[in-house]
Amino acid sequence: MSKVAYYPGCALEGSGGPYDRSTKAIVKELGLEMTELDDWNCCGAMEVKNVHPMLQTYMSARNMAIASEKMGCDTVMAPCNGCYHNLKKAEYECATSAESMQTVQDLAKKADDPVYQGDVRTVHLLEWLMEELGPEGIKAKVKSSLRGIKIANYYGCMYTRPRQIFPEKDQGPGSESSYKPHFMDDLLAAAGAVNVDFPLKTACCGGAHTLSDSDTSTQLVLNLLQAAEESGAEVIATECPTCHSGLEMHQIRAETEFGIKTKVKVVYFTQLLGLALGLSARKVALHENVSDSIDFLHEKGVV
Amino acid sequence: MAIHEKSLIDPANLVTTDKLVVEGIDVSGHWNTMILPRTWTDYDPDFAKVIQQYPGGENVHRCWQCGSCTNSCTMYAINTDFNPRYWIYLTNLGYKSELIKDKDIIWQCVSCNKCTNICPKDVRPEGVMKALAHWLEDEGLTPKTRSTMFDAEFTRQCIERGRIEDSEVLFTFLKETKQDVNALVRKGWLGILVQRMNNLDLLRQGRIGAFLARLPITQSIKMGLSLVFKPRTKSWGTTGEVLKAYVEEQKRLAHEKMKAAHA
Repeated sequence: MSKVAYYPGCALEGSGGPYDRSTKAIVKELGLEMTELDDWNCCGAMEVKNVHPMLQTYMSARNMAIASEKMGCDTVMAPCNGCYHNLKKAEYECATSAESMQTVQDLAKKADDPVYQGDVRTVHLLEWLMEELGPEGIKAKVKSSLRGIKIANYYGCMYTRPRQIFPEKDQGPGSESSYKPHFMDDLLAAAGAVNVDFPLKTACCGGAHTLSDSDTSTQLVLNLLQAAEESGAEVIATECPTCHSGLEMHQIRAETEFGIKTKVKVVYFTQLLGLALGLSARKVALHENVSDSIDFLHEKGVV
Repeated sequence: MAIHEKSLIDPANLVTTDKLVVEGIDVSGHWNTMILPRTWTDYDPDFAKVIQQYPGGENVHRCWQCGSCTNSCTMYAINTDFNPRYWIYLTNLGYKSELIKDKDIIWQCVSCNKCTNICPKDVRPEGVMKALAHWLEDEGLTPKTRSTMFDAEFTRQCIERGRIEDSEVLFTFLKETKQDVNALVRKGWLGILVQRMNNLDLLRQGRIGAFLARLPITQSIKMGLSLVFKPRTKSWGTTGEVLKAYVEEQKRLAHEKMKAAHA
């Protein structure tokens, strides 16, 4: 079993609070062990690299160095696609460029930070759950089925692209696919949901420009919402706080700016899993979402 | 090169005559539209070298114009003028005047990385888009875009405290881009977002019990507290300063190389 450091990141500390609380709740309920990454820093998200890419590489590597050097962990687990992506990218960058590795280590010494040695791996929460339990393990712990609610699983961009930085994906049976990811589908099916055939699993929600080019983001999100409804989905399950907030915000903007109302619910996959594990709606912070799914889930007998 | 400049068929370069006879043959009608011949001299053979000095632009010279980037592009699906393949072609050709025609949309790249994922030559077109947008700003050809302003505020908080705080990023950005926060709250999406987060609809429906049971107390307290006590990485120490100095030095070096490319 891996020794896991939990890296929530800025979004889960802020607007993605419900994702943080539901993640902690299911990890505890599933009997898994993790320790929060000691005094972590921001990974650089999607913005810092545009000022200079080394900023992002360094900030991400610093977190990995804390995990291995200060905590003795071999794995960093991030539920946020942005954090996950950036740490994977820094790992790839340092593993494939001696110059980048040297720069990262030099900067660490200069700043009196723990020095990254490349001896720690990063996994997404989805990957960790698949590794430790898998669909069978989840099935064994389900106390109250998701009763066939119809779900469109939305993975977004950063979980799979560019595929170069995710060498463990696309390795045949059992591994995650970068073109048609399925880990979230597998886990939620085990919890009793019905996954619809959703063609925009890895399409973009415009998260990078959610505020700076809002109309574009609204249009991209509207594509997702309408495609999900066309596919017969009642709920869009998310696994990224930026996508999740973007979907919630632009579902509203689609109403105010374009006059188009959609009714599909937006719920973190951890909240859905938690409900299936018998946790209360409150415990998985369902009431803290902007998208109100409680009445719907109540009707379906899931809450 | 596989494609020609779009400007060849700009309206200004098309000549349509009612009656046209070419070498004794009457070509009036459908065939009478001609493209004006052009001589083009204002290209900059070193332009690609300049873009290569911008972070993200390093591999622009590798492109062999297969078009996979544009084919997969999220923005192209919304606006067919958003054409990464074409801009990369113009960069390698040094055809700046043609590139500048699209100056107001290049920054809109959403970094979905579909292009970088699929590119067979590892050009990393997403990075090239950022490099071009930054070059346009540095040359004073475009004002600082909203995207750049957002990046700057986000990075400022990271350098200063090691972490960002959502509401501070949001409100500083709205202020800097001169958006009317009050209007957004009173009758825009922001107000509705807050209403929905607090389930105010339940109150209107008279479902007081459900309203109270669903008050997002933890989230409100947490976000309120972080507005006052900004999230901070305690061990950040001099890290921010070291990073800032590094970036300034790198920009200085890149600037020197750009000057050398043009010398």
